[in-house]
Amino acid sequence: MNLKKQHISVQNLSVTYGNQPALMDITLKIPDKQITAIIGPSGCGKTTLLKSFNRLIDLNDEVKVSGTVNVDGIDIYNDKYVDPTYIRKKMGLIFQKPFPLPMSIYDNVAYGPRIHKKCNSKELDRLVNHYLKMVGLWDEVSDRLSTPASKLSSGQQQRLCLARSLAVEPEILLADEPTSALDPISAQHIEKTFMELKKDYTIIVVTHILRQARRIADYLVFLYMGKLIEHGPTEVILNYPKEEKTRAYIKGEIS
Amino acid sequence: MRRIKDLVANRLMLGVTIFVSLLVVFIAIGLITKSWPIMSLKPLPELLFSSTWSPMNGSFGFWPFIVGTLTVTAVAMVIAIPLCILTALFLAEYAPNHIRNTMKPIIDLLAGIPSVVYGLVGILAVIPVVREIAAIFGISTTGYNVLTGGIVLAIMVFPIIIAISEEVIKNVPNDMREVSFALGATKWQATKLVFARGALPGIIAAIILGFSRAFGETMAVLMVVGNVAKTPSSIFDPAYPLAALIANNYGEMMSIPLYDSAIMFAALILLVVVVLFNLAASYILIKVENRYAS
Amino acid sequence: MRPNPRRVEENIFKVLMIASTTIVVSSLLIVFAVVIIKGAPALSLEMITSTPKGGYYLGGEGGILNAITGSLCLAFGATILSIILALPVALYLQRDYIGKSKFARAVRFSLDVAFGVPSIVYGVFGFIIMLYLGMKACLLGGIFVLTLLELPIMIRAMDEVIKTVPPALKESSYAIGANRLETTLRVVLKQIFPGIVSAVILAFGRGIGDAASILFTTGYTDRLPQSLFDPVASLPLAVFFQLGTPFPEVQQRAYASALVLLVLVLVLSILSRIVTAKYKRYVVR
Repeated sequence: MNLKKQHISVQNLSVTYGNQPALMDITLKIPDKQITAIIGPSGCGKTTLLKSFNRLIDLNDEVKVSGTVNVDGIDIYNDKYVDPTYIRKKMGLIFQKPFPLPMSIYDNVAYGPRIHKKCNSKELDRLVNHYLKMVGLWDEVSDRLSTPASKLSSGQQQRLCLARSLAVEPEILLADEPTSALDPISAQHIEKTFMELKKDYTIIVVTHILRQARRIADYLVFLYMGKLIEHGPTEVILNYPKEEKTRAYIKGEIS
Repeated sequence: MRRIKDLVANRLMLGVTIFVSLLVVFIAIGLITKSWPIMSLKPLPELLFSSTWSPMNGSFGFWPFIVGTLTVTAVAMVIAIPLCILTALFLAEYAPNHIRNTMKPIIDLLAGIPSVVYGLVGILAVIPVVREIAAIFGISTTGYNVLTGGIVLAIMVFPIIIAISEEVIKNVPNDMREVSFALGATKWQATKLVFARGALPGIIAAIILGFSRAFGETMAVLMVVGNVAKTPSSIFDPAYPLAALIANNYGEMMSIPLYDSAIMFAALILLVVVVLFNLAASYILIKVENRYAS
Repeated sequence: MRPNPRRVEENIFKVLMIASTTIVVSSLLIVFAVVIIKGAPALSLEMITSTPKGGYYLGGEGGILNAITGSLCLAFGATILSIILALPVALYLQRDYIGKSKFARAVRFSLDVAFGVPSIVYGVFGFIIMLYLGMKACLLGGIFVLTLLELPIMIRAMDEVIKTVPPALKESSYAIGANRLETTLRVVLKQIFPGIVSAVILAFGRGIGDAASILFTTGYTDRLPQSLFDPVASLPLAVFFQLGTPFPEVQQRAYASALVLLVLVLVLSILSRIVTAKYKRYVVR
């Protein structure tokens, strides 16, 4: 497997919250149109790395970022003309706990398109239909699109959040432990959807479930205490890890 | 375009926020400006400590009014503090949830009752009772006195002190209670510990805020306290709190020289005292919050 | 067996605590009881639908419609003005805007102080401003002062509600590429809407019941409100003035006015709780 195009390229990225370093000198490249899984024990900076891709960490007080993150050739932190909202539109992000917006199912999916472009209602209907079908939710909710999204089950809510993220037509999907709060069947559903989506999207998933990484990821990135230990194609990392810590984590000795 | 809207909205919100935050400053400036005539004419100690109040003759001694306010407030606090602390402890530590959930809205309702209604109830219900109590001591009084004012005021500050105290007590981390129980203490001993070591600063802040509220209360007290401009010598004497002074005389104050400035000065005293007390209470509450922030 | 001193102390205090709570709650019940018992007999349809006629204050005919409508005008005007000023401030205090900065702490502190300023001081301040502008006591003056009085209450209540919005909810909106204004208007406001309504009702209740601040600035009249620049009657002052007359019939009317005021405040309080409970449909936990 060769890495044809690198969608995101990270150089010497370091992030500190106040006095606490979260990421230290990370350099790596995320392959295009594949599923990359960021793995590692809890608290080692996986979420911070994910959120640094779409500049969501800007929202924290006292956060300091040094180094570069290059998305499609744009240095998203140091380039003066970069608009964070534009970057975030390029990337969808779903969280561990599904967070539907306080509106109807329809409005949740239509939220992004309404903000970014002026659509008429027919166009919106088409979008909502398309993306709900894409995540496999259409059949379950087509008869109640105007009911509050908060009434769905958490598996359905997570799929709704995915549809919502896809509706702004991003190129990259970020997912922070997307299945850890779901029941096994919903989790399977989400994994299946990711596998289908990777034809068109670059997907980066943070997960602490090694088996999930094995199932769906093409590329693995292993973080430990804010440092990048090892990265490479899944098969290589899982079967022939070079670093001691990687080996220990895979064997389950550290978590 | 979206960016422009965001920026404009940002500036607008900033402007309104600054304006609103300066409210108290504006009020202070206004009051100081209007009290300046009398403050520059008469030395401050005379204004504050002289007992001669005769505006027609140019004597403005605020002492009777200051003492009036202090005594009524003190009586109110003496009544309110023990009752409120005990109630707050009960609600936070002992009361089962359903009782707590019914009591709290009822007590909060007390905070919403207009002060004229309290004044009315004071006249109809408290004054006769106070007359009886005085009679037991062999004292005759109209009932319009410091004690009545204090009782009415106490009821008015119940909600503030109880609400803040209850919340402070509830916020004391459970470790304190659990450790006590693990050592074999009874619930009451654990409660005492929580109170003395955990909640005390917050409760003091609650009391200060209650005091501050009582200090500035106008209508209810005005209606029951007698409004006689003499320093009260006992709780069965009438008094004339600063707030009542202001309320009663705004009509006449324009006709006598310096009277309006004197009334503004009284308002300024109220403002200064209330601001100082709020500062003290906020300081304590912030320290308490920081203690438990981690 | 000797009585255990620990147990005895505990039981004494238990009794004291229950007694205190009872006293506190009873005082509320006494207030209600007195007002209802004295006020109900004097309350009639005529009272709330007519204005004072000649000789009203000597025992003649009429009612308190002037005061009821006056109070409603004052409170509505002040509350609307307050919302316009309070909402931007409360929203600005969010983490996304100025968050935990020193500025935010200073703002919250100055609002805490403003919250504690006695209403009579607001009244005096309003009076000073009105003198300066050459205004006489009128409806507009009352609205202005009540707005100042309601602002700290409303902002504090709104701030409390806004603080409950989970940060991840806002992050979800930002992750789609929305900016601060869009997130605030489209997501935050929807999430806290019942809380905002509650805060508004709370402030309204305060505005309708206050007397000390409108004493100087609104005046009093027997007529219904006709213009912003005329004096206007109000329920709290109606109670106050009617109580001050030597005529028992008029004093009765004061009790009735107090009852109307109390019922209004009670209804508002219950309304505010219903709103919070009922409109949780769209709110995300």
